Amino acid sequence: MSEALNDLGAHLESKRPDCVIGWEVAFGELTVTVSPEAIPGFVELLKTDPTCRFTTLVDITAVDYPGREKRFDVVYHFLSMWQNQRIRIRAELREDEMVPSIIELHPSANWFEREMFDMFGILFSGHPDLRRILTDYGFRGHPLRKDFPTTGYTEVRFDEVQKRVVYEPVKLVQEYRQFDFMSPWEGAQYVLPGDDKAGDAGAKG
Amino acid sequence: MDGSTINARGFEDARTGEQKIRNFNINFGPQHPAAHGVLRLVLELDGEIVERCDPHIGLLHRGTEKLMESRTYLQNLPYLDRLDYVAPMNQEHAWCLAIEKLTGTEVPRRAQLIRVLYCEIGRILSHLLNVTTQAMDVGALTPPLWGFEEREKLMIFYERASGGRLHAAYFRPGGVHQDLPPELIDDIETWSREFPSVLDDIDGLLTENRIFKQRNVDIGVVSQDEAQEWGFSGVMVRGSGMAWDLRRAQPYECYDEFDFQIAVGKNGDCYDRYLVRMAEMRESIKIIQQACEKLRNEPGDVLARGKITPPKRGDMKTSMEALIHHFKLYTEGFHVPAGETYAAVEAPKGEFGVYLVADGSNKPYRAKLRAPGYLHLQAMDHVTKGHQLADVAAIIGTMDIVFGEVDR
Repeated sequence: MSEALNDLGAHLESKRPDCVIGWEVAFGELTVTVSPEAIPGFVELLKTDPTCRFTTLVDITAVDYPGREKRFDVVYHFLSMWQNQRIRIRAELREDEMVPSIIELHPSANWFEREMFDMFGILFSGHPDLRRILTDYGFRGHPLRKDFPTTGYTEVRFDEVQKRVVYEPVKLVQEYRQFDFMSPWEGAQYVLPGDDKAGDAGAKG
Repeated sequence: MDGSTINARGFEDARTGEQKIRNFNINFGPQHPAAHGVLRLVLELDGEIVERCDPHIGLLHRGTEKLMESRTYLQNLPYLDRLDYVAPMNQEHAWCLAIEKLTGTEVPRRAQLIRVLYCEIGRILSHLLNVTTQAMDVGALTPPLWGFEEREKLMIFYERASGGRLHAAYFRPGGVHQDLPPELIDDIETWSREFPSVLDDIDGLLTENRIFKQRNVDIGVVSQDEAQEWGFSGVMVRGSGMAWDLRRAQPYECYDEFDFQIAVGKNGDCYDRYLVRMAEMRESIKIIQQACEKLRNEPGDVLARGKITPPKRGDMKTSMEALIHHFKLYTEGFHVPAGETYAAVEAPKGEFGVYLVADGSNKPYRAKLRAPGYLHLQAMDHVTKGHQLADVAAIIGTMDIVFGEVDR
């Protein structure tokens, strides 16, 4: 299985060296990294090339890495029912960049791109109808960004006096608790009480 | 166009009454019994013909993916039940497979068989609900009554295995939560011998029923190319004549050992999809019977003992390490090595996938749930265009939309 994926990765790189930045096979899955502006051309190649025929778009999503200069990873999954293979395409994206839409090639990209606009605020150039899809009518913010609080900013309730639904800022009785159970023995970089003195003692002695 | 503009000649042509008719916009849902949940469709009608269909979704959006980012892997498992709440365990399965792939866990064989058994029960649960309620959408009242009786029995099997009738949380990373008692396996097998006669009854009510055929044959035809273009999966592609089933094409668990057929339709209309679902239930029965047989000859553990699974109850009474492990597992949770993976299962409704990005901590960095219904519903505009208003209900029914998974 992974041999076939290695062949496919090498084939794609030789076909479009201008698009492919890199590729790797991990956990039996092929990931090809491309630049955002190359996506439509590359997706077309995947769809039409006789050795690929990735005709089914499985998923489009994004991952937010706020610490990076290129903040988002846009991730596409394709499936070829003909070759019985899957492929993942990844493109790194700055916050102010736009991704070309692939609706022309895969009409099923429509809602996925709307969802990404809704959830991450990523804009798709050439999308005919870039509305919010999952959040409320008139919602503000992009919930799946890491800097958006899980509690959100507004809450809704039905107001008996005004006889309508009203929006109010979130009022929490107590702060939303993020429990940290990380073990200080494995992974977490805590300074345990007393440990800070050890460094000083070492410096002195 | 609306009569207020006057052309260069300074006068208007006489209009007949027919010319003044404008298309009519209606709201279908969000509280409509045939919408199978909270679906709002904005339909533009020309007489009774649908010209445009704009689904508004998100009325059941709970932010599952956001919530999952702040919980441990094990705490996230029950969220998967609440996606497609008609066949909960199939969703859990995808989540477990994704974690097992990243951690490199080998699932014991008995646990694999139990998973297959319960996945097929889930498939029957889902197809029973879908076939019978779709029949109700087109006017038959009896099938849901008969179908739900069987669903009730199946949910009792869920309850006897996990304690929950719907939200089971039974599949765990590394296996299943608890072993099945032998009587339960016997009861499931007894049920599987009786169930085909119930299917025959439903068959007799619907398959050659004149009204049912008039409402479903040649309605919502999806060609093979369209199915690819719109990213369909599951029954929606099999109804169009493609023998694509992940259980066969990319086998997971131990599906490759089982003997079953893949049902395929011919015309890709609502009626063929109904027939495919009926045939799939019969195939699932075969798998269930084989799994019961194999389970009897396959004693053993149901959890891969290790870091990601709890220790045995008996060990905890005697071993300090086991007790610490248990405590740490249910508070801190287990760590998944950094990496990303996409794990897909053939859920009753199509390909359900989990795209998991792990950063080496005890919580997923990002989890994307890929629901089959999302893509099916997206194609509503394409499929319903040119159909009558009454066919919209039949098409929603046959697409097998459940809002838990569409809105997430």
